[in-house]
Amino acid sequence: MLDIEIDGKQLQVPDGSTVMEAATQVGAYVPHFCYHKKLSIAANCRMCLVQVEKAPKPLPACATPVTNGMKVWTHSEQAVKAQKGVMEFLLINHPLDCPICDQGGECQLQDLSVGYGGAQSRYEEEKRVVSNKDLGPLVSTDMTRCINCTRCVRFTSEIAGLMELGQAFRGEHAEIMPFVEKTVDTELSGNIIDLCPVGALTSKPFRFAARAWEMSRRKSVSPHDSLGSNLVVQVKHDTVKRVLPLENEDINECWLSDKDRFSYEALNGPDRLTVPMVKQGGQWIETDWPTALEYVANGLKGIVADHGADSIGALVSPHSTAEELFLTQALVRGLGSGNVDFRLRQIDFALDGKMAGAPWLGMQVSDIRYLDRLLIVGSFFRKDHPLIAQRVRQAVKRGLKVNAVNSAFDDWQLPVANALCVSPAAMPAALAAILKAIAEEKNDQVAPEFVEATLSVVVDENARAIARSLVSGRRVAIWLGNFAVQHAQASQIHRIAHEISRVTGGGFGLIGEAANSVGGYLAGAVPFGEISGKNVREMTSSALRAYLLVNVEPEFDCAFGAVAADVIGKADMVAVFSAFKSAGAFDFADVLLPVSPFTETPGTFVNCEGKAQSFYPVVKSLGSSRPAWKVLKVLGEMLGLKGASADSIEDVRKQIFGDATVVDLNKLDNSVQSDVVVLGNIGGGIQRIADVPIYFADSVVRRAPSLQATRDSSEPSARMSRATLERLGLQAGLKVRVASANGEAIVLAEEDGGVAEGCVRLAGAHSLTSRLGALYGEVSVERL
Amino acid sequence: MTVQGIILSDLDGDRTWRLADYVKRGGYEALRKIIAEQISADQIIGEVKKSALRGRGGAGFPTGLKWSFMPRAFPGAKYLACNSDEGEPGTFKDRDILRYNPHSVIEGMIIAGYAMGCERGYNYIHGEIFEVYERFEEALQEARNAGLLGQGILGSDFSFELYAHHGYGAYICGEETALLESIEGKKGQPRFKPPFPASFGLYGKPTTINNTETFASIPFIIREGGDAFLALGKPNNGGTKLFSVSGHVNKPGNYEIPLGTPFSTLLEMAGGMRGGRQLKAVIPGGSSAPVLPGSVMMDCTMDYDSISKAGSMLGSGAVIVMDETTCMVKALERLSYFYFEESCGQCTPCREGTGWLYRVVHRIESGLGRPDDLDLLNSVTANIMGRTICALGDAASMPVQSFVKHFGDEFAFHIEHKKCLVPKNVQHEGSKIYVA
Repeated sequence: MLDIEIDGKQLQVPDGSTVMEAATQVGAYVPHFCYHKKLSIAANCRMCLVQVEKAPKPLPACATPVTNGMKVWTHSEQAVKAQKGVMEFLLINHPLDCPICDQGGECQLQDLSVGYGGAQSRYEEEKRVVSNKDLGPLVSTDMTRCINCTRCVRFTSEIAGLMELGQAFRGEHAEIMPFVEKTVDTELSGNIIDLCPVGALTSKPFRFAARAWEMSRRKSVSPHDSLGSNLVVQVKHDTVKRVLPLENEDINECWLSDKDRFSYEALNGPDRLTVPMVKQGGQWIETDWPTALEYVANGLKGIVADHGADSIGALVSPHSTAEELFLTQALVRGLGSGNVDFRLRQIDFALDGKMAGAPWLGMQVSDIRYLDRLLIVGSFFRKDHPLIAQRVRQAVKRGLKVNAVNSAFDDWQLPVANALCVSPAAMPAALAAILKAIAEEKNDQVAPEFVEATLSVVVDENARAIARSLVSGRRVAIWLGNFAVQHAQASQIHRIAHEISRVTGGGFGLIGEAANSVGGYLAGAVPFGEISGKNVREMTSSALRAYLLVNVEPEFDCAFGAVAADVIGKADMVAVFSAFKSAGAFDFADVLLPVSPFTETPGTFVNCEGKAQSFYPVVKSLGSSRPAWKVLKVLGEMLGLKGASADSIEDVRKQIFGDATVVDLNKLDNSVQSDVVVLGNIGGGIQRIADVPIYFADSVVRRAPSLQATRDSSEPSARMSRATLERLGLQAGLKVRVASANGEAIVLAEEDGGVAEGCVRLAGAHSLTSRLGALYGEVSVERL
Repeated sequence: MTVQGIILSDLDGDRTWRLADYVKRGGYEALRKIIAEQISADQIIGEVKKSALRGRGGAGFPTGLKWSFMPRAFPGAKYLACNSDEGEPGTFKDRDILRYNPHSVIEGMIIAGYAMGCERGYNYIHGEIFEVYERFEEALQEARNAGLLGQGILGSDFSFELYAHHGYGAYICGEETALLESIEGKKGQPRFKPPFPASFGLYGKPTTINNTETFASIPFIIREGGDAFLALGKPNNGGTKLFSVSGHVNKPGNYEIPLGTPFSTLLEMAGGMRGGRQLKAVIPGGSSAPVLPGSVMMDCTMDYDSISKAGSMLGSGAVIVMDETTCMVKALERLSYFYFEESCGQCTPCREGTGWLYRVVHRIESGLGRPDDLDLLNSVTANIMGRTICALGDAASMPVQSFVKHFGDEFAFHIEHKKCLVPKNVQHEGSKIYVA
């Protein structure tokens, strides 16, 4: 520890601290622009100059290390003179037109110029003009306002992992720009808007929509990925105007993924369903709530009476709140059916009822920094979990070694120490090989249940390298990604990966697909437990008599896509609870009930680490739409179901989580009853690998126009390795027909060295590929 | 001239840059002596300290002291860099050393590598003197072929590899940390210090950077002893130094003279004032050094302490001589434009301030000056100096401050009368190149 005196206040700081950190600790504000606690130190703005005893000139607080006995004055005459001098330089070429700048009112330069700027400029020459840059559909530029602090440059290279911005040219001609003809394509790009201390980088979707001081700031939680990022939703006139991160060091730190930040555009979009609708004689007519609900209640009653409770089922989106998940299953179970599921893209349910608890990450997100070995199995890691990948990226800088077993690799923009790329069919065997190699490394026996699985597998160099890496670690974790969970042999992958974690003494977890991937289990929205029933695969392969779809668009959200929607369409009654209109629902549904998206309802998301985060509505429900938990509650009451009733949202929460305000971590457990694991066989042929592109993943992001304009939202293409292309007699750029047993898709072929041999990577959750049915399995690819 | 130099002496031959010629002049004797007598690193550094050799790049930092900062026990790579990125207006000495005596630099660097435990060195050569770079590469190859560079030098277990690296002509890359960035393949921008290169230098490893001339002085110090070097100059200002004399003299060029030689002697060596005109002003140490009036200069001796006492810096030893036909406003305008153009743009005061300085000087020169412009110049330079990441901010400010200080009346005349104090035809006559 070092002693330091700042503005007369004594304190002790750890070795290696900077004067800026020490000043923050005593509450002395040192003006600054380029300094940011999460970024490397640049010391280029020079605004944080302070007076240091014995130093002949003022020193930058951000870059000056504390020495023992140092005395610092942050607001002495010398310091303030230096700060004012720098402010004058910053302003000479900066436009002084705050009233027409989108940053006005929330601009660091504007704020600090009040304290440090002159009343009149001494600079009377011509000001610098810098041409604007095209950074893509999310970030708008006004480069003349740029003060070259390079926060955005450092963000892209250090946090997002790929340098997409740089400072070109020199001196007064220096400009921040992307690489020639390139845009900023990282899935974290919106953060540079927050980082920019001036109005050079602003939000394109939000541009000139409101002033900072006109909006209320309300807390919420992101409904998208499994991290549960904390949000500040800014609201004007009961409309969501934009979304900013709410700093939470344990979850999203001070960042947001673009998905969390820009998805709000869908909430005010033309697709919103605002009035209950009923299909009569093939025609959709708008109606009122009592009529619509009565229609559903009577329909359900009749079908239960005629065909038995087992003929009704419910599918709930994992992006629904825990309360919605709970009340949906309570409604179905109240009617006597166990047909409820929220794991819409999953196809292997062999572990249902065998798991000791709800599957989860197996650790706290904030502990990722302490890991030294990680094995990620089956994941489109960076796009599926942008901010968890960001944490891993930072941990790699501290020595974490990342290993991966995957069928299709993207650039994760972090170093992967060992990568094993195998076809989906070979994935369980690849894990078994790693398990075998670990036993060999440790001169140990494979546990009896796994002997048969490991007997005939061949340990190759990659598997051995991964085994060595894991064995040499002290804090190890094995994670299953969405791809592994959606795999046809997910249960085997789960069992073997779990065993790998056991023998390496590591943690084991599922990263989780959606905001409530853990919450859905806790809320009982699964077809096992007290009343068991059909899982989503069974419910979408042969038709039930009645379906309740809560926030589900089966053609995009279910593993079998349009094929699942066809099956659902055969039912006598389909009631859709949705915030949005959709062509699919107009086709197969009978009733459309307008329910509220996350900004208009209270609710709870349980993130991958088991943290339950409850939130309030931030705006009133649009039109006649109502929070889904209320709709479900009223419907339950109309059906006379006690279990589906509740007095308040807190009452629902109590039924899910008990009296505790936090999730009982004992309820989260990835372990499985032991029995012998046998490697299954998926079959040969060309296998499809389907990623769910980041902005196709749920009904909200699919309707956010700016996100849909990004590179990540381009049309799916059939991506194959060069060898596979050649074997099939294809070339990149050709139109090809990809056909499965269910249907086909016409797309362009593309070369992608990250895809396993004999496989074709073709994105799911898209209208172009929805007809293929299964996300995985055998397909044929031929030239059109 | 007859003055005994150590770097430029005996360079009258045909191919003085060849290894054979260098060896004839006593080249590589110092290295052979070290290897044969197994002289310790501490002894070498002690000898360099004794010689009072001060960095020849401009700052004049004692070389022996700098070498002793290098953490020799640090495990892993340590680097040595030679700063031949000679870009300061008026300076042209390093290119001549590399052109006519490249092996003196190579030998100096090998000895430095030996003394500081570096296994790898780089010579960063200014991008606008490409033929010098090519000649240095040839010299390196000669040294490698002769077993003087590479693995097991002269049969010992000491290995040292040296590479040449040429820049692209940016003045800022002569700043030592910008130079390191440039070698690393990045944009040449200075790093903030601390950490200093001795602990976090090239590729994050301990690194020592010296000027070309500094390295070229090392063989003599080891061969003849530190005391002999010191005796050439005067106390605290050891050895001889190269001065690049330019401007209104009859024989501009590089002159190697002992430190402490009177300026008048140097001026005489350079053939005296052109056309027998009056000495008006001298910039004694490269364009970033404050200008001194001729009368002050004539009382100075050419060494660090004397010039510093007179209010300027010996700097890199670039002596820019100006006679009475010079318009000081015009001269400053040209200098300010240089710094405006060469600022890297990284930190605020320099990026914004150098352009401001140039524009104000430019408007004075153009007859658009305002009464309070001189106060403005002083205030802006005060706001730049000491507030920037590297010394370029100071380098841009010092000429402005000193020109205004010593030749304020000329500026005032310009502002008041909207024309030069020195009539245009006189300026033209003086330089023969001035175009109104």
